[in-house]
Amino acid sequence: MAGLKIGKMVLGSLFRKPATKMYPIVPAVWKERTRGHIEIEIEDCIFCGICSKKCPTDAITVDRAAKSWAIQRMGCIQCSCCVEVCPKKCLTNMAGYTAPDAQKVTDTFVQPEKEAEPKEE
Amino acid sequence: MTERKDLIQEFLLIEPGELLETALELRTAGYRLGQACATLLGDQLELLYSFEKDNVLRNEKLTVDAAAPELPSITPIYSYAFVYENEMHDLFGITFRNLSLDYGGAFYKIARETPWNPKFGGGEKAAAPSEDGVSSEAEGGEA
Amino acid sequence: MSKRTVIPFGPQHPVLPEPIHLDLVIEDETVVEAIPSIGYIHRGLEKLVDKNEWPEMVYVIERICGICSFGHGWGYCKTIEGNLGVSVPPRAEYLRTILHELGRMHSHLLWLGCLADGFGFESLFMHSWRLRETVLDLFEETTGGRVIFSICKVGGMRKDIPNEMLKKMEETLRGIEGELHELADVFLDDDTVKSRLVGVGVLTKEEAFELGAVGPMARASGVNNDVRLDGHGVYGEIGFEPCLEETGDSYARCKVRIREVFQSIDLIAKCVSMIPDGDVAIEIKGQNPAGEFVGRIEQPRGEAYYYSKGSGQKFLDRIRVRTPTNANVPPLVKILQGCELADVPILVLTIDPCISCTER
Repeated sequence: MAGLKIGKMVLGSLFRKPATKMYPIVPAVWKERTRGHIEIEIEDCIFCGICSKKCPTDAITVDRAAKSWAIQRMGCIQCSCCVEVCPKKCLTNMAGYTAPDAQKVTDTFVQPEKEAEPKEE
Repeated sequence: MTERKDLIQEFLLIEPGELLETALELRTAGYRLGQACATLLGDQLELLYSFEKDNVLRNEKLTVDAAAPELPSITPIYSYAFVYENEMHDLFGITFRNLSLDYGGAFYKIARETPWNPKFGGGEKAAAPSEDGVSSEAEGGEA
Repeated sequence: MSKRTVIPFGPQHPVLPEPIHLDLVIEDETVVEAIPSIGYIHRGLEKLVDKNEWPEMVYVIERICGICSFGHGWGYCKTIEGNLGVSVPPRAEYLRTILHELGRMHSHLLWLGCLADGFGFESLFMHSWRLRETVLDLFEETTGGRVIFSICKVGGMRKDIPNEMLKKMEETLRGIEGELHELADVFLDDDTVKSRLVGVGVLTKEEAFELGAVGPMARASGVNNDVRLDGHGVYGEIGFEPCLEETGDSYARCKVRIREVFQSIDLIAKCVSMIPDGDVAIEIKGQNPAGEFVGRIEQPRGEAYYYSKGSGQKFLDRIRVRTPTNANVPPLVKILQGCELADVPILVLTIDPCISCTER
């Protein structure tokens, strides 16, 4: 009797598709709301620095003079706090996680020079 | 719809000398010790003991001097208070008399002594013997 | 009288996902006394309150634990909301309750898997975690995170969950209910499982109260201190009866958790049918917490306390989290006394220890 109980489940799995995926070969399916990594539309950024101030892990560095925005990918905790506070709404949280690495990755985005650029406050 | 008992907040101020008496009274009345914690407010340490009965909380508050905090332990009354008292000893440097299970400062394996109370002890542990690699960046005394 | 020996158990042990150390004084094969020792992973998360403003602190508090993450977020928001004297819209309360119950299913299924693994029933462990995967997928779909949800904020929820999504969630849960019943049958009726659980580590009702047990640990001994009865969230509106058992052994603790999994499905279904439309958050502007508030939440593992104290600044004076495992360590010491050495791993598991929570 005892063996039969688990037997039903175990036998059932024999005729079922595997519950797991061959992950790196079969890519993962992201849901629409998945928070994976932060992306920035650097053209819209005004380098106000609010995102770096609000970031709970200090993963974001904003350099106003150099017009650069940098994120430590492995320091980011995907809380989407920066996305919420951004006044220009130029940050988005996209699906897909940062790939594992032996070094800590920092991604830097520099705003390209624009002609007749409006003066920033 | 039941009444929102969680919004009833009762904070009672007591003297450090009344702590044991109050704890005994509450225990006799059937209260359960919920938690105990300390807060550093300037030169004072504020201790909060939360007791619970029928889903209503009763919080007893008392203050002691942060430079030399010493209090009687309530472990003879609530035996399971040793968890909270050892924690307060390690993080705030409060000495509890008659603690039933005293870890002598080794309850939390932290790199700094009393990280929450810089006025007392504070700073680095003097030649920490074997607190292997357990350090906490956040404890770094950024207060 | 045979010789007494002290055997160290942990901090590294195959059944322990997290480090807790026990010094076991044994006589022959029987444990006479156990002295617990924790503190290997104290991270000082509460101290980060000096560095993070209170609206952002919720993301730190949520990361205390990967299993009761939603409860921590809710508990923090609750204590700050109480401190500010605001109340959140009803829809947000319903959504919070739904996600919290889903979190309870996730936690209990994880625990059942760990327990099966603890007594060496590998396939049962895998089936438990296969079903838990469905719950995690639901979380990802609704909140965007599998274990850390970041959907709770002070004043409500950050995102609304549309009604169709909630309906689909209920359908999915009803879909796995049959398989959960099969799983429950194995845990509750299988002879091999029963031989490891029945009558082991008995905690009587008096002892459970005396030692301050909380959560399923207390409910398995017949002590009813379920915080959901105080009417927070929408538990008061939807009507709620805690699952109680009387025997107080490992089997009862297992049974309470299994019953709670099914109860959670029912509570979610009830919430989905009653959820009102409307806003999910209120705006809090120019107000800082200036008082103090002790909020309580019934986490999957038991009652958790959240204490906040502010002085009208952006940075709080103190955030204190008392987690259920903190309260369940003294009862653990009690049930270990007099047990067989071979039962120690199972008994440590039956309190559902979460050491990261305990030390923060």
